[in-house]
Amino acid sequence: MLRHAWRLARKDLLVEFRSRTAILSAVVFTVLVLMVFNFGRDPTAVAAVDLAPSILWVTFTFAAMLALNRAFQLELENQALDGLLLAPVSRSSIYLGKLIANLVFVATVEGIGLPLFALFFNVRVVPVHGPLVGIIALATLGFVAVGTLFSAMTARTRFAELLLPVLLLPFMIPPLIWAVLATATLLAGRPLSEAGGWLRLLAAFDILFVALAFVLFPATVNE
Amino acid sequence: MLLADGLRHAFGAVRALDDVSFTLHPGQTLAVFGPNGAGKTTLLKVLAGLIQPRGGRARIEGGRSAVGWIGHQPQLYGQLTVWENLQFWAGLYDVPEPAFVRRERDLVARLGLQAYEHQRVRELSRGLVQRVAIARALIHDPRVLLLDEPFTGLDRTAAEEFRAVLAAQAAAGRVTVLVTHNVEEGTELATDIAFMRSGRFVDMAPRHGRGAAEIADAYRRAVSGG
Repeated sequence: MLRHAWRLARKDLLVEFRSRTAILSAVVFTVLVLMVFNFGRDPTAVAAVDLAPSILWVTFTFAAMLALNRAFQLELENQALDGLLLAPVSRSSIYLGKLIANLVFVATVEGIGLPLFALFFNVRVVPVHGPLVGIIALATLGFVAVGTLFSAMTARTRFAELLLPVLLLPFMIPPLIWAVLATATLLAGRPLSEAGGWLRLLAAFDILFVALAFVLFPATVNE
Repeated sequence: MLLADGLRHAFGAVRALDDVSFTLHPGQTLAVFGPNGAGKTTLLKVLAGLIQPRGGRARIEGGRSAVGWIGHQPQLYGQLTVWENLQFWAGLYDVPEPAFVRRERDLVARLGLQAYEHQRVRELSRGLVQRVAIARALIHDPRVLLLDEPFTGLDRTAAEEFRAVLAAQAAAGRVTVLVTHNVEEGTELATDIAFMRSGRFVDMAPRHGRGAAEIADAYRRAVSGG
């Protein structure tokens, strides 16, 4: 299962590396959103550190949406999805391969976005970079897991790019709130233990939705 | 061996397959002729396991790994080279590296793709892409070939080369099901002929040396209900 998943993920990443369409869109989107929020806010009204966690997560969520949209669109070109379904590869391997590729893709966007976020909002991320990366990883796993599943569901519909956010965002509200609260705790200079409750909720969301996505994925791709 | 036993399927109120049964043994090539919407592609998808039929059963000896599919679309990735595409699909079928290298070299030579091996698929013409699709379908040395209008996009030379490849497959004991609306394309290769209309096999018989003109007459009568 892992071997097939890795082959699939590697292929997706190679295709994206060659075309660079989605990654460029996501990075440009991230930069633009951060710039708009940076220049659009009144620094005397709200402190950057109070506003920054929400902006960080809004940016990451919508940038990730661009990645998730492309995950199965890629397979529809030339009907490669039928080839994948016909191959002696478990549906779970296909899901895992897509999940890995999406995680790498979103992590790349986040890796570029985080330093820009620190720069634009003048928040000190270096002293808390370890725990902050941990929070980002926990939240990202959850929404990419659900997003990959919904991407498979919507890929064959006419308005996939519109439908995906409409379906996905309601599921994203709880983990986004927890991620924002955990990030705010960290950026305010308080100890990570104060965010322990939010982190446990994020971990529970990840376990539940990754497991659910593995179970439900075959039904989304079977004709 | 390939078995179809009482296959039934529908899309809403439209019957796509209606009690289709047949058995094919090694070396047999069944050409299924039918007009658009007769249920030919659905039949192949059911045989391949891509669609779960509402009734009946389909069985292919060796399961999914024994199937090679060539359809309307090439199932290739435009950003990858010919070689990378073939390597990717061979990997999904767990073809060992030495066997992959041997088969890739052989298929690329037989299909005239040597000059394009390291070119991205998106840069190739429609005919060349179809040749790569044929190589992709054969890279894991399938025992059963399911072909949906496989000559689409091939020029005369490429079509001849492809016929030679299919003839070699049949001689090696492979089972082939070829569906098309073009009698000229499928007749020569077939050991058995079936005509399909509204999801039903209205006639299925060995070819017995019948030529394209004879089969075209029989096809016209069968699909017009005569």
